[in-house]
Amino acid sequence: MSVLSVRDLNVGFAPRGGATRDVVHDVSFDLEAGQCLAVVGESGSGKSVTARALVGLSGPGARVRAGRLDFDGADVRTFTGRDWRRTRGARIGFVAQDALVSLDPLRPVGAEVEEALRLHGWTSRRRRRARAVELLTAVGIPSAGTRAGQRPGELSGGLRQRALIASAIALQPELLIADEPTTALDVTVQAQVLDLLEEQKRQGVAIVLISHDLSVVARLADRVLVVSGGRIVEAGRTADVLDAPQHEYTRALIAAVPGEHTRGERLSPAPRAALPAPRREQRTGVVLRAEGLVKRYATGRGTHTAVDGVSFALRAGRTLGVVGESGSGKSTTARLALALTTPDEGTVELLGRPWSAAPERERRARRREVSVVQQDPLSSFDPRWTVERILLDALPRSSGGDRESRRARVRELLHQVGLGEDVLGRFPLTMSGGQRQRVSIARALAPEPSIVVLDEAVSALDVSVQAQVLDLLADLQRTLGLAYLFISHDLGVVYHVSDDVLVMKDGVVVERGTATDVFEHPREPYTRELVSALPRLGLAAPEETR
Amino acid sequence: MLRRLLGAALVLWGAATVAFAAQVALPGDRATIIFNIRAGQPIERTPEELAAINAQYGFQLPVLQQYLDYLSGLVRGDLGNSYQQFRPVTAIIGEQLGATLVLTASAIALAWLLTVLWVTATAGRGRRTSGFGAAVDTVSAGLPHYWLGVVLLLVFALELRWVPVISDGSATGLLLPALTLAVPLAGFMGQATRTEFERSLAQPFVLTARMRGMSDLGVRVRHVLRHSALPAVTLSGWALGATISGAVVVETVFTRAGIGRVLVTAVNNQDLPIVTGVVVLVAALYVVANLLVDAAHVLIDPRLAKGTTS
Amino acid sequence: MSTVLTDAAPGAPRPARTGRPGGRTRRPRPWSVYLATGTALFFLVAVAAPGVLDTTDPLALNLSQALQAPGPGHWFGTDEAGRDLWSRVVHGARPSLAIGAGASAVSLSLAVVLGSLAALGGRVVGPAVDRLVEVLFSFPSLLLALLLVALLGPSALTQAVAVGVGTAPGYARMVRGQVLSARGSAYVEAAVALGHSPARILRRHVLPNALRPLVAIMALSIGQSIVWASSLSFLGLGVAPPSSEWGALLEAGRPYVAHAWWLTVVPGLVIVALALAATTLGNHLQSLLERRES
Repeated sequence: MSVLSVRDLNVGFAPRGGATRDVVHDVSFDLEAGQCLAVVGESGSGKSVTARALVGLSGPGARVRAGRLDFDGADVRTFTGRDWRRTRGARIGFVAQDALVSLDPLRPVGAEVEEALRLHGWTSRRRRRARAVELLTAVGIPSAGTRAGQRPGELSGGLRQRALIASAIALQPELLIADEPTTALDVTVQAQVLDLLEEQKRQGVAIVLISHDLSVVARLADRVLVVSGGRIVEAGRTADVLDAPQHEYTRALIAAVPGEHTRGERLSPAPRAALPAPRREQRTGVVLRAEGLVKRYATGRGTHTAVDGVSFALRAGRTLGVVGESGSGKSTTARLALALTTPDEGTVELLGRPWSAAPERERRARRREVSVVQQDPLSSFDPRWTVERILLDALPRSSGGDRESRRARVRELLHQVGLGEDVLGRFPLTMSGGQRQRVSIARALAPEPSIVVLDEAVSALDVSVQAQVLDLLADLQRTLGLAYLFISHDLGVVYHVSDDVLVMKDGVVVERGTATDVFEHPREPYTRELVSALPRLGLAAPEETR
Repeated sequence: MLRRLLGAALVLWGAATVAFAAQVALPGDRATIIFNIRAGQPIERTPEELAAINAQYGFQLPVLQQYLDYLSGLVRGDLGNSYQQFRPVTAIIGEQLGATLVLTASAIALAWLLTVLWVTATAGRGRRTSGFGAAVDTVSAGLPHYWLGVVLLLVFALELRWVPVISDGSATGLLLPALTLAVPLAGFMGQATRTEFERSLAQPFVLTARMRGMSDLGVRVRHVLRHSALPAVTLSGWALGATISGAVVVETVFTRAGIGRVLVTAVNNQDLPIVTGVVVLVAALYVVANLLVDAAHVLIDPRLAKGTTS
Repeated sequence: MSTVLTDAAPGAPRPARTGRPGGRTRRPRPWSVYLATGTALFFLVAVAAPGVLDTTDPLALNLSQALQAPGPGHWFGTDEAGRDLWSRVVHGARPSLAIGAGASAVSLSLAVVLGSLAALGGRVVGPAVDRLVEVLFSFPSLLLALLLVALLGPSALTQAVAVGVGTAPGYARMVRGQVLSARGSAYVEAAVALGHSPARILRRHVLPNALRPLVAIMALSIGQSIVWASSLSFLGLGVAPPSSEWGALLEAGRPYVAHAWWLTVVPGLVIVALALAATTLGNHLQSLLERRES
């Protein structure tokens, strides 16, 4: 008998006074003990709504209809609130995305594990406490007795995600629902958490894995449902779906994942943009050079060295990727390159002239040579301004021209980034994430820079949108001869775009070289660890356990 | 912590300076004013009579000297002498302070009770219930003390005769004045708390707790309430001062003794030392309350402790 | 986007608002906003042309009609001298709103100056103004107003200035916060990276964004000011009877609370209605602005 059996699940939401609008259509699947089923899709695909409908928490106003919805042989469509409370936590566990916010940030993690026990009949406080420490130890938290008294914010990302898992498996549930369980984690930690889930699977727990990340799915799932627009577009064994996708959408999704195999190739099916010839002569040689940069920040206790002795040279028309996990100092490096902050030691030179050492008044005139694309485009736009005003404002004043020629230039910029003139009067708030990032790129191009600093510029985008933006950036680089300083935590993306790579850790450059060298023949242990943790598509599909 | 105390001292010094400046800025000759206040009517005074008063209050000294005397008096707990009554301000305030503090403390406690119950019951419960809850908050916050007081008085004291008309020292006498102060305050705290409560309800840890088998009410009481308490705690520091100024009105409505009534009489008579004395006292209470509020913040949200130790 | 951020918790899984180009849904205006607009219009008419709403003389005595309860002929009842309360309330709108608007103007002007200086005043002026605002904020509004009344003596002008100064510190703190958050925003950083001058950034980004909520705050503050000003009158420290200013009506009715409840309840209700209308409109404006920003 299946642990979970679903036929024709539909979930809809009814706005006030309106008709129900379904966001999940006719989803059916079965899940056996010791198996993992992955539900894969991009944002808005209905995958999280599906997961919640399985445990009766779709939220107020939701209408859930299903031909069958059985958990362990019981029809959960007839469950009362009380039935659900007995089932959730005890027989169905739930692991959410980021333990920093998925565990109560004001309470010690031990208390959260104990709460799960308390809700399901563990009346003795002393036994609860002992069991919580046992569980925390079991998920691999060292000195769990002490850790149990700490809050999520005091633990590292990996430890608190383990604590979250401990609270989910506290009562040995038959079914575990994992909603993007590794998304917020650094790659090295991601691998450890996946191992932990794999261990649960081996012990006979059935897992529903919700994810946007195909490489995570490849590691853990036995079967995959690919969802788009609330419908299953493809279903099958993981290896089959990933190696030989049948549906067009699945193929595009897989092709959009950047990495080793995509270098120099296009990620999106969209045609290559026809771009106008560059407006001015292209530069050659080193355009931005950093020597021994050090940046310290005052903290509660003493100073924290965010960047410690970083040097690099960025050549015209090339891409220098800076990769590192959170807190590695890569964003501070970006700010130093932009001269938004001055280094405590070391210098930056722009086009052979002092940059970090120049006074701001002098720098202002030269800022048009270096542009920036920030991670969150929305907050980087003045909320009162339309797209047209944003772009007009970014045109260099020295370029002069009358009103009409400046407007023509704005339209040209929009064209370059693949947007139509219809967006001129729009506010960024009303645009999609991909459109906003294109506006942000258009703004960066407006002063005709030689260098663009891209600080996590594609990190907030869905993989298919990310593919389009990465393709656009490649096209722009080729035609305009731009140099990119490309900052990202995503190894696959950096591998895809970079000519040269810096690997940063704790403010220090631990390894540098051409992208191929660094990723194929990493010398430093840390780089090796990073690269080996980098999940690869199609290489690590789990063996069939059936 | 040291920086915090220093900041508190700075605010107190500023308040004292404002208070002193107000006394000096009183238009007209102060000695003449004092005589007029005492006589209840303007009378011509001889220079000898004025000189005596000037000497008694130190008005003939240079302003800087007066300022330093005032400050050193404050440090010794001396707020000067009333122009109208021949007594030290501290004595006059001291007699009335107790009644007012009892009133404000019960009002704040009552406001907390109302806020917690109302917000927990109505926040984040679908458009209709939450909207109604928020509307009640807005209306309560907008009720002027004098009006609410009069209405409560008419209904519960004059019509239903449940409580005495004049608020004496008894607990039932305290009920209406405290309620009059508490309802608008609960409205204010409710507005701030509700926003935070609904934001917390949308946090992922709420979903995790529900997935653990916790009931909706359980999550509200055990997790969400604590997260949403911060703005209400912050407001409580401000509320101590605000309820004291509310007490000015409420004590008049309910003919209740307290520093509010003293203050109104003093303002009417331009008896400035009493007015400034109350002002300095309330500023001091505000400062103390805020130190307590800071401590409470750390208790509720230990994450805040890191920023404050430096 | 759910790929990086989490979807919201129960109750919130609505399809990503950000994902649909041009799909900004307009929420219908709540009925309270229409009610508030109607109320505000009524008071505006009472200020501009009281004769439209009432033709009698608000000060006409008629002792035979003294202390009549509300009913036909006298909607709001009459006072101890037989004056019609409806007429007095209508004619009282002008002085009451004038004091409220005056106080609000004083308050917000002070707040903008002090708040901007505190945020942008550099290393010396900034912290000094900041401290001054902090000190003033430690006095409750009514207390600060009372201090000014004690100094200047009761009058309509004093009332407006006193209430204005009394409520200014709170708004000054708010303005300071707005300026600081605009100055620290990503769009200001983007403007710096474009090489724009500090003056231009201040003029085009920081000040417009920081001061934009003032429109909404203005509505809120007028409602607040009228309540505070009438509190002063109620205490006998504002405009004195026989003025028809609402606070003065309250004070005049106070001795008759036990026998003629309408003399205090009705003018109070009028003030409550106006204050609520102003608050509702202010909140609505604020939420409109916020929705465009977030």
